Amino acid sequence: METKFRESIVKAVHNPNLTGALGRFSEAYRISRTKAYEDYDFEALRTQIAERKSYAASHLDELADLFTKNAEARGTKVFRTNDPAKVREYILNLARANGVKSIVKSKSMASEEIHLNKHLEVAGIDVGETDLGEWIIQLAGQTPSHMVMPAIHMTKEEVATVFNEQVEEGQKPDIPKLVKFAREKLRTKFLCAEMGITGANIAVAETGTLVIVTNEGNARLVTTLPKIHVAIVGLEKLMEKFDDVVPVLTALPKSATAQLMTSYVSMISGPVPNTDGTPKQLHVILMDNRRTEMSQDPKFKQAMQCIRCASCLNVCPVFRLVGGHVFGKIYTGGIGTILTAWFDALKASDDIQSLCIQCGNCTEVCPGKIDIPGLILELRRRIAVEKGQPLAQKAIFSVVNNRRLFHSMLRAAYVMQKPLQKGNFIRHLPFFLSDMTEFRSLPAIAEAPLRDTIKKIQQPACKEKIAFYAGCLIDFAYPEMGESLVKIMNKAGIEVVFPEGQTCCGAPARYSGAYEVAAQNATDNIKALLANDVSYVVSACPTCTVALKHEFISTFESLGQTDSLPCAQQLADKVIDFSSLVKKLVDEGRLKFKEGQQLGKITYHDSCHLKRSLHASQEPRQLLTQAGYEISEMYEADMCCGMGGSYSLKLPEISAPILERKLVNIKKTGAPIAVMDCPGCVMQIRGGLDKQNSTIKVEHTVQRLAEELE
Amino acid sequence: MDGVFETFKARAEAVNAEVHHFPQKSEALAFILTYLNDTGVRDVPQAYAVWASCPFLDGLDQRQISVSLPGLTFDVNRESSAQAKVGISELDWAIANTGTLVQDASSIDKRLVSTLPLIHIALVRSDRLVPDLPSALSKIRPEQTNYISFITGPSRTADIERVLTIGVHGPEKLIIVFFDRPGSVN
Repeated sequence: METKFRESIVKAVHNPNLTGALGRFSEAYRISRTKAYEDYDFEALRTQIAERKSYAASHLDELADLFTKNAEARGTKVFRTNDPAKVREYILNLARANGVKSIVKSKSMASEEIHLNKHLEVAGIDVGETDLGEWIIQLAGQTPSHMVMPAIHMTKEEVATVFNEQVEEGQKPDIPKLVKFAREKLRTKFLCAEMGITGANIAVAETGTLVIVTNEGNARLVTTLPKIHVAIVGLEKLMEKFDDVVPVLTALPKSATAQLMTSYVSMISGPVPNTDGTPKQLHVILMDNRRTEMSQDPKFKQAMQCIRCASCLNVCPVFRLVGGHVFGKIYTGGIGTILTAWFDALKASDDIQSLCIQCGNCTEVCPGKIDIPGLILELRRRIAVEKGQPLAQKAIFSVVNNRRLFHSMLRAAYVMQKPLQKGNFIRHLPFFLSDMTEFRSLPAIAEAPLRDTIKKIQQPACKEKIAFYAGCLIDFAYPEMGESLVKIMNKAGIEVVFPEGQTCCGAPARYSGAYEVAAQNATDNIKALLANDVSYVVSACPTCTVALKHEFISTFESLGQTDSLPCAQQLADKVIDFSSLVKKLVDEGRLKFKEGQQLGKITYHDSCHLKRSLHASQEPRQLLTQAGYEISEMYEADMCCGMGGSYSLKLPEISAPILERKLVNIKKTGAPIAVMDCPGCVMQIRGGLDKQNSTIKVEHTVQRLAEELE
Repeated sequence: MDGVFETFKARAEAVNAEVHHFPQKSEALAFILTYLNDTGVRDVPQAYAVWASCPFLDGLDQRQISVSLPGLTFDVNRESSAQAKVGISELDWAIANTGTLVQDASSIDKRLVSTLPLIHIALVRSDRLVPDLPSALSKIRPEQTNYISFITGPSRTADIERVLTIGVHGPEKLIIVFFDRPGSVN
């Protein structure tokens, strides 16, 4: 990771204006977005968008031809190119041929992508952005920090200063007055400009129609007043039918700004007369810039389903801390990372892809149904293939995969730290490792791993057997969680088998892009876990559960190891997370809670993988309620705690403030106990609360339930 | 008026538009002229009212109307629109569940009067109200219409500190006036 990049993160998280504005916005967005969709079936809507956009991505060439044919039949000039330089050249030549001195633009990310303004300005043409946010950042000499709200990082005071310095003295930091000032100043530009440049949100092939969505009304002026209109349209905007406009236009305003509809939508299908009766010159530039290549990539084709609403930014726990500029100059946030890798260069995404904590928030709101975290992992894998795996990382994985060696090394490190230890925590680590314990204490490494202690448990002989997959944290740091699980299963008349051959689930390797290592982990685990005749393979770590249930398969698929797929599927069919299994057993009457208990308040934290990959959020809550607890919901219960496996080690600068928000929300409930289903979250949250000397008890659901079951 | 109108009214008002309904065209006209007078339309720059040609005006004596209200003109061009305080036009469809108006805006006059002035008065026939976006899109013909405009509330921005501010480049006020087609049952 580049030092400059890390510095930009530190600078961003310490900018209270930025984190304050983004934090408040992301909180408000979540509520207003839900409200905007209240009369709609979002799943059905996004399925329709994904299907229609995916169809378009598979027929890009055909749709581009059809659009060209239909638009040209109406008098529009269409220019199609893969080369950004040719786009710039076309517009400059057009401007020169028509004596254009001044251009007004409404927002176009495609034009940002090719640095159009700079190119035209160098040629002596005045280019004015007219979207208020774009105009502000243009005056300030900055780049957009958000696709929909380019100047979201600036305060009204900063905007007033920019206006004072760049336009006219005397502007006060009063938002309505600043807006009025912009209206007056830009009005003159609108009336003088000879050319207007826009983007487009949809390009309909069957009718040659451009659909342009705005709120300020600037696109209407840009497409009405100048006699030349140039629309720069990325090929991903193409859709086959006019009917395809319905789902996109239904979702876009709701997902982008939580509006039912934006103030203005213009559908332009051909040149219209100017005031003097002459027809407008209408030029549409269909810009490829690797979009065709993207649509032909089996993994990244789905990125073509993006409708550029930026909702993935708005719900991202990392984006709301660091803002857009950390991501680079053009496209920001989750989808921005992917678009940067393609439209700029894969290596340009090397640092920024590491910002993704893999919490999956964006997958829940994406109207294009894009698996953004999955694609970011794929970028990580491709970068790792290109750069090769670092030696240190290779060495780490070889240790991690050798369970006994890994445990003894951890234990040795831990014993060495003993003088610094308090209770069950490591408080400080020396030297370069100190970042790990700066904001949270780390758990002590158990003297004996679960794989040894479990043998000592006297289990009753049962007909039904299940296999337990522990994962690193339960095996080495929290064996008591595994012991509680055995206790519960025994109560249900089930014997727990611990297959010795189980190893790391491969998540650390996979999340680092080391897919070969992850595939070896998968192979070893499949062999170990399918060796016994068991009814289920249960895990009490959602990250491991997701690996066993979904990621073994996708890792093999990524590497083309199709021979391994049947066994991976056989395992996946048996895998279940702890809470879902217990809920099932309670529902079947095989487990009973102690009767008539009133256990008081408890709060529940949703772990990312459990809620968004395994879709289990009600099961643990129902179990706790049945046990006799009163659930006091924390604010943003399903927001990531900042752990993200090794993320908290790689980017403690981001992990710490995310955890801080979580701790505040936990404390606000007033509940004396916080429970969760993930040992990683326990490590992060328990460690964070310990650092703050809080008395709130943090437990895995398995431990809480073991106490309350008959 | 029925539930669809109530939905339209609620949704349009929620995005800061004003909604009126008059059964008679003459009532709608009287409302507009009174409003123009009250809002200070005069025969001086920045105080004009510009009215784009539309079916509503059929059968009305435009000369007489403009004489009765100095500053109101039916001669729409860039200059008169840029100097106008109020713009008036008729829109073709209204979408209830989003409070949206839809118009064939191929004629530039219709866009000038609804983009440049501070206030836009939008006339719509009551029987042109449809429930939702799909029903509106099924009515319009992009293969025959080069510029179709959708208008939902006045112009707005939240680009500075996410604070909603009404009236940026387009109108800061949108007044929607429904009128019934003579002889229609509504």
